Amino acid sequence: MTLLALSNVTASYGSSQVLFGANLRVAEGEVVALMGRNGMGKSTVVKCICRMMPSQGTLAFDTVDLSRLTSHQTARLGIGLAPEGRRCFAALTVFENLIAAARPGHWTFEKVVGLFPRLGERKTQRAASLSGGEQQMVAIGRALMTNPRLLILDEATEGLAPIIRQEIWAAITRLKLETGLSILVIDKSIRELRNVCDGAVILSRGRTVWSGTIEELTPQVTEQHIGV
Amino acid sequence: MIKERHLNMALIVVCVVIPVWAHLADEPFIITLMTRAAIFALAAVGLNIALGLGGLVSLGHAAFFGLGGYAMGISAFHAQTFTPVAEWPFLIEGTKSMPAIWLISVAVSAFAATIVGILSLRTSGVYFIMITLAFGQMFFYFSISWPTYGGEDGLSVYVRNGFPGLNTLDPIQFFMICFAILVAALALASRLARSPFGLALNAARQAPQRVETVGLDPNRLKLVAFVISGAMTGLAGALFADLNRFVSPAMFSWQLSGEIMVFVIIGGVGRLFGPVAGALVFVTLEHLLGGFSEFWHVHLGVLLLLVVLFGRGGLIGMICGREGSHD
Repeated sequence: MTLLALSNVTASYGSSQVLFGANLRVAEGEVVALMGRNGMGKSTVVKCICRMMPSQGTLAFDTVDLSRLTSHQTARLGIGLAPEGRRCFAALTVFENLIAAARPGHWTFEKVVGLFPRLGERKTQRAASLSGGEQQMVAIGRALMTNPRLLILDEATEGLAPIIRQEIWAAITRLKLETGLSILVIDKSIRELRNVCDGAVILSRGRTVWSGTIEELTPQVTEQHIGV
Repeated sequence: MIKERHLNMALIVVCVVIPVWAHLADEPFIITLMTRAAIFALAAVGLNIALGLGGLVSLGHAAFFGLGGYAMGISAFHAQTFTPVAEWPFLIEGTKSMPAIWLISVAVSAFAATIVGILSLRTSGVYFIMITLAFGQMFFYFSISWPTYGGEDGLSVYVRNGFPGLNTLDPIQFFMICFAILVAALALASRLARSPFGLALNAARQAPQRVETVGLDPNRLKLVAFVISGAMTGLAGALFADLNRFVSPAMFSWQLSGEIMVFVIIGGVGRLFGPVAGALVFVTLEHLLGGFSEFWHVHLGVLLLLVVLFGRGGLIGMICGREGSHD
């Protein structure tokens, strides 16, 4: 069953149009990679889904029209976002960051610590004093605490040390295997994406130029559209 | 650095020991000063919820203080003149019962804070400051032009309202009532700050858009905080009116809004006991320096400047460090 469906989505920053027709589908329990070079509109698509900016076209989440909703309503509907750049609440502790976002459901502080044991060790530490990797874990944990049906990870491993990246990817794999959560991953690590994702969508110059299963994402396709 | 918890305990001890000593030494004036400090601290604890937790710089909190005061004044006025407050659609009698007056004050100021909040929270920054100031002035001029309740001259209440089992005319007993309410307000503020609501409010102050992405409506959070804040300040207004047995439009003045904010800033914005420390310092300076010169506010201004320039966590922050603050 399709959980998230974007069709012909267009969006602009002021007078500059950046999305010219983005199409995307994420089914229940599916992990989809949203790929593309820098500046092709990946994060703008995320902003449109989370209603952080206005857009035109069809955005549907489990038959609900997202375009009529505000940002907090989309989150309450079941879309959890770990935003680009982590953006934790710097003055709150790890525990407070997670509790502030908590909504009833499967995910609790203990379960997030089960996924990221480091956060248990840093429970009373302020987010501002954490390393980038730990802040990323807080950002993902915070999104999970909203008990989403779809988790969006925007550049979750960007700028992190290799060992931390491995931890993040291992957590994403666990989420997929153990919870069956639908996940939309924006990342540039093609090798890891191949290991985790079921499908992929490639954006180029604000348009969806390719979509298919991860098996169909051949080196020729990535070379043609992403240049790697 | 002294631990903030220890300093808070010390402040509580000061608030208890001084009035008890004054009672034993037969110094009712000192008890009245401490009662005044406790009431101001209560108003400032209310403002601190909006300002410290929610980042809402309200320059109109005297409106809620005044509404609480006038709720007391009007209730007591009708009780002492044996006239009803209203006869239609149903008969509403005046009352001289403190608990009943507190409930009325809290309800009236919470209702006003809801209306003011809904309209003011459409704006932010300097516009929020201006719109809250405008609401405060609106209530101020309304009270001046309401001759039934004294207009510009204010309204006197001849007997202090009653509390079951206590003699409220005894300064120490009235102080204990005010102090107990202050402690309850501090406990509520502390619990609020640690609750998921308080944490979300704190997060909304730091980054409203990020809060939205986790399913929280920052405006609703701020509105709830503003209403709780206004209700608490209204309760302080009712106690202040009872202390003086007099209400006047001065309770709505923007200068009073500024003073309540000064208590919070001097003590420490977002620090639980900041308002208590600020109110104690203010009342002490008012008493000590006011005897030397009517321009004692100059000295307060210097203190405020020093605190703002060199101690952004307020007096509590200067003594305990900034780590514990919500900043």
